[in-house]
Amino acid sequence: MRQTEGTAGARILAFGGYQPARVVTNDEIATMVDTNDEWIRSRVGIASRRIAGPDETVADMAVNAGGKALAASGLSSEDIDLVIVATCTPEAQIPNTAATVGRRLGINAPGAYDMNAACAGFCYALANASDAVRTGTARNVLVIGAEKLSQWIDWTDRSTCIIFADGAGAVVVSPVTDPDDVGIGPVVWGSAGDMADKIYIPDRNGFIIQEGQAVFRWATTALHPVAKKACERAGVDPTELAAFVPHQANLRIVEAIARKLGAPQALVADDIVTAGNTSSASIPLALARMLERGEIPSGAPVLVLGFGAGICYAGQVIKVP
Amino acid sequence: MAMSDQEIQTGLAEIIDEVAGVPADQVTPDKTFVDDLDIDSLSMVEIAVAAQDKFGVEIPDDQLKDLKTVQDVIDYVKRSSASA
Repeated sequence: MRQTEGTAGARILAFGGYQPARVVTNDEIATMVDTNDEWIRSRVGIASRRIAGPDETVADMAVNAGGKALAASGLSSEDIDLVIVATCTPEAQIPNTAATVGRRLGINAPGAYDMNAACAGFCYALANASDAVRTGTARNVLVIGAEKLSQWIDWTDRSTCIIFADGAGAVVVSPVTDPDDVGIGPVVWGSAGDMADKIYIPDRNGFIIQEGQAVFRWATTALHPVAKKACERAGVDPTELAAFVPHQANLRIVEAIARKLGAPQALVADDIVTAGNTSSASIPLALARMLERGEIPSGAPVLVLGFGAGICYAGQVIKVP
Repeated sequence: MAMSDQEIQTGLAEIIDEVAGVPADQVTPDKTFVDDLDIDSLSMVEIAVAAQDKFGVEIPDDQLKDLKTVQDVIDYVKRSSASA
């Protein structure tokens, strides 16, 4: 049987980020539950987060971020033939988010699917996109992480309502012909299904429940080896990294992994401070904002690392556009 | 080989300095983690993880919450390494 013709690999052409307009400060949350600004900042590192409006959907946010990435890529909507939306908070089981987002962006009949690996979703989707481009299954892929976690939060549960937020981030993934131009390294991924009960939503109308201490212990012990392995597989030493952008789960988790990774030159993303934990959106959103501020030079190697409910995790080295 | 109280205390002080930035000379047996040393529950988890690497003694979350003072940890490490 005939097979697709592959390419040397894939790279990221552009990023795009979107945050809802409404800023929710720690002081505002302190009016709803028994907490305070100092406690939230010291435990999770968040100063403020963005929360979507009541009528603003995951697809709306995905379209916003995806549209920005597409515009910045220099490609047109006709060039995209696959749309992947990483989300664990879709509006509905069916239809999926990706097909709607593709249509709203004027993309003609793309392959379209949602990917649920929770907070690891973006890195899983990026790996799928890279492989699709490399094997020739797709030409140009729009990868979006988008979440409206606010509608799955119990606003009287102070262990979760201080953490989670809404937003979206996107990238355009395209083929390269020269192996030196490859900009997405091999993914290192895995899961720990024995810890499925550490972060979960108990039923269709339920809220996110998280066993914070257990997740913290897991994240600060199990992930730095994954991060190191992703560097090793890409042939990039941690000391060469220009930035480390892990899922923005909790600033203390971010800092603990960074410390154990041993990447002294790397700028460590702290987007959580003003974005909160946006699950699958946090990595592309953080990178979109860091690139917008000119904090990472074009072509520099950056380690991304997603992890969360499942438990699922995935990381890879990328070169930023 | 059994560790002395002093050895465990010294090792623990190094860990606490690294995790929470508390100077080693403040880590004395009668000090409580939360009230005296201003160490929160997440830092306690990091201390437990580092203690496992240093002393080879696992401190699970459900045991961790009962360890209130520096002496409690010293006793726990001694007890667990003796039974190991």
